[in-house]
Amino acid sequence: MSPHVLASGYSPPSPSSFWHPLIGEGATAITRPMFLMAFSVLLITALAFVVTRRMSLVPGSGQFVAEGIYTFVRNGVARDSLGSKEFLAFVPLLLTQFLLIFTNNLFGIVPVIQFPTFSRYGFALSVTLIVFVVYHVVGIRRKGLGGYFRGMVPSGLPKLVVPVIFLLELLTYFVTRPLTLSLRLFANMFAGHILLLVFFLGGTYMLVEADGLLINVASVGAFLMGIVFTGFELLIYFLQAYVFVLLSASYIATSIADDH
Amino acid sequence: MEGLTGSINVLGYGLAALGPALAVGMIFAAYINGVARQPESRNLLQPIAILGFALAEALALFGLVLAFIN
Repeated sequence: MSPHVLASGYSPPSPSSFWHPLIGEGATAITRPMFLMAFSVLLITALAFVVTRRMSLVPGSGQFVAEGIYTFVRNGVARDSLGSKEFLAFVPLLLTQFLLIFTNNLFGIVPVIQFPTFSRYGFALSVTLIVFVVYHVVGIRRKGLGGYFRGMVPSGLPKLVVPVIFLLELLTYFVTRPLTLSLRLFANMFAGHILLLVFFLGGTYMLVEADGLLINVASVGAFLMGIVFTGFELLIYFLQAYVFVLLSASYIATSIADDH
Repeated sequence: MEGLTGSINVLGYGLAALGPALAVGMIFAAYINGVARQPESRNLLQPIAILGFALAEALALFGLVLAFIN
């Protein structure tokens, strides 16, 4: 399945391990993560329909899980950071993002698929752009264009410091936040996947291609570490989806906050 | 074995990851301390700790991305 193992000699996993074109090549190629993204949307839609079709007062197992996820995002993320007055308007966005990111991350350890979609930077950037547009638009609609930019600077600062703080805040709102939000998700998925590749590709090489009984036996250690880190990745996948919506919610909260 | 190949950048990244690693440790140490002193504050502290963890971790991940840029 992997070109690294088939090649003569061992070559460690690299950024090129993430390039899986299926149709075409170069910049216009249709790649595997694109299919995974489309598949995840269909999967989430289908599951959402199935678990909410027959809703009852006493929930079945499907409805119970769905309600658990919904309550987690609604109360644990949205209400805590946006305040109990206006959080409801943002719950659909946050829930959608959470489900999309968590499902796509989980693809990283689902057998056969085994590719976290967000380990390609474009996907992480595009979900971040939605948040970027939302918190600006919401803030400008709430306070007006002038008020939005004025609200970036905390009140009560000495006059001399205001321009400096304003520049820093401008940088935060327009560069740092989208950059960190997208890079965090991307780099976590990228690093996690490369870590698994190191253990499993290395283990396979040690078991199959390397000569020497001692090395073949030592591959057991590599596989064990791979399995341990698969469990660890599951935790990271959930944590990153959670952190992403938590930060989205807090960015929106600072945009609509009345005063610093 | 015909010698190791690879990027020296990754070695530098390993050193650079020390800072964020210490930061993440300190954040969770503070969180554990807080919960140990006042167990009922757990729900309040948890999102704050995870937020701080994510912000500190972002620095390490920037280093990782830069290590792969040639």
